[in-house]
Amino acid sequence: MTDLTDAARAIEGSRRKVLPEAWFAWLLVAPAMLFIAVIVAWPLAETIRLSFMEADLGGEHYVGLANYQDLLESRKFHDTIIRTFYWMFLSVSLKLILGLIGAVLLNAAVPGRGLFRVLVMPPWVIPIAIGCIGWLWLYNGYFGILSGTAQAIGLTDGPFEFLAYKNSAFYSAIVTDVWVGTPMVTLFFLAAMQGVSRDLYEAAWVDGAGRWYRFRRITIPQIMPVIVSMALLSAIWTFNSFEIIWILTEGGPRSATTTLIVDTYKTAIGNFKFGEGAARAVVIVALLATFSLFYLFFLNKVNKHYGVK
Amino acid sequence: MMDRYTKLQMAGIYFAITIFLIFILLPFFEMFMTSLRPLEHLFRSPYQFWSDDFSFDAYSQMWVTVPLLGRYILNSIFIATSVTAITMVFVVPAAYAYARLDFPFKSASLAIFLGVNMFTGAVLLIPLYRVLRTLGLLNTYWAMIVPGVAFLIPTGIWLLRSYLEKIPRELEEAAYVDGASRMYTLRRVVLPLAVPGLIVVGVAVFIGAYAQQFLFAITFNQQRELQPLPAGLYEFIGYQSVTWNEMMAAALVGVLPVMVIFLFLQKYLVAGLTAGAVKE
Repeated sequence: MTDLTDAARAIEGSRRKVLPEAWFAWLLVAPAMLFIAVIVAWPLAETIRLSFMEADLGGEHYVGLANYQDLLESRKFHDTIIRTFYWMFLSVSLKLILGLIGAVLLNAAVPGRGLFRVLVMPPWVIPIAIGCIGWLWLYNGYFGILSGTAQAIGLTDGPFEFLAYKNSAFYSAIVTDVWVGTPMVTLFFLAAMQGVSRDLYEAAWVDGAGRWYRFRRITIPQIMPVIVSMALLSAIWTFNSFEIIWILTEGGPRSATTTLIVDTYKTAIGNFKFGEGAARAVVIVALLATFSLFYLFFLNKVNKHYGVK
Repeated sequence: MMDRYTKLQMAGIYFAITIFLIFILLPFFEMFMTSLRPLEHLFRSPYQFWSDDFSFDAYSQMWVTVPLLGRYILNSIFIATSVTAITMVFVVPAAYAYARLDFPFKSASLAIFLGVNMFTGAVLLIPLYRVLRTLGLLNTYWAMIVPGVAFLIPTGIWLLRSYLEKIPRELEEAAYVDGASRMYTLRRVVLPLAVPGLIVVGVAVFIGAYAQQFLFAITFNQQRELQPLPAGLYEFIGYQSVTWNEMMAAALVGVLPVMVIFLFLQKYLVAGLTAGAVKE
């Protein structure tokens, strides 16, 4: 086939003008590239420029590294970075664990699983902001069903405001973030599980391998590439998760839920300190890029370990 | 045989699924219950699970409180649909190039695309605002469509590329031998074969566009008639009081059209992802 094609190409090439492959490829890629350049790269360059400026509504002037220096010396900013990574690791771990459990459950050959699959998806399909309004109400001490139930069964004496205390607000926001992220993870894991060849399971079954053994030795290794790539994507999205925190707590109480992205937004949009906000944005990008590189390095090792090319 | 469960295992699976679904559906249940409560009941203490004055009044009253509600729901769908259509126009050729062709800087440029995933609108909000102002797009539908497209192109390319790689090459080569141009081959041979993959990627992009309208809408658009539903809902937080029950009713009714569409498409989505969109 290939020989034939080559021969055909040779003949064709002499008769009609064929666009070289590289040119054609760049012709196809260029529109997307240009779009990204204007809408992402240009603002990114602008952000880097602004991060060296003291900029507000009044104008801007060059201050060198002063914005970064302020960040380095700020105790609060250190706390924010640590909080953000804690937020990311906790939330992503929960999403992956719940997603895996969910996928196993929805993959089980029981009647009604088609319906269950549909019922899992709404948090993913609806606008994040709308789901958060529901959670806002759930967490309300006076009107929410969570506090209502807690009172009815005697867990608390009076209303409990989930979002009013530092710890409970942080973990409540985590729960909501996990709620938003889990359906997509579940769906991708489910899809990956269905792609695993049945022959593998049958061979193991004939050899007397139990369910748990098959799960550990066949399912997990087979879907490992999907798990690791979902983990990276999910980590990046969680790190940058803004709307959920903003709608639930606006970063409060007393900064308990202020992650880097919320801090950046508050600084730049809330207080009109564009330069300081830009420096924070650059820190986010730098941290995520470093994290991703380490991760991809690790991913390579995992893939080798599991024999995936 | 292999998939046979004992009665006890069955019960365990159903129990676990129930717990899982309660977690997933609890906010919707709460929104629904809230929408039924008369406003003065909402603030009644102690908490009541049920009372006789529950009603569906909020579902008719909400159209009066926020007259543009219908418009917001349509705006939401319109913006997400436009984002999807435009994104696909950019994604399809690029994904094809990455799946099939060999060219200089191929992996480098793909890495750049995937790197875009590291940004969200919130990081770049201020300069993005300036760019959109320079382009004269603020306070138009475009202000909400254009950034949406940019942040969804990379995901689209990533998903569609792995799908296209699964289509056998022979057909394209046959078309080539028959004298078809490259563009003709792409349009008439590859695209028809890729329809299931296109649906999957299209639905995934639509969901992304629909889910993330809030931030761009409240930042880049001041025109009320153009707002999508998530931003429009905030109008229920009114001048004197917040009509929470109507807000919840509007939220539920507002997402209904897309949920219904999704019900029809979800079969393709799961099947399409299985067919290889995520398998490298």
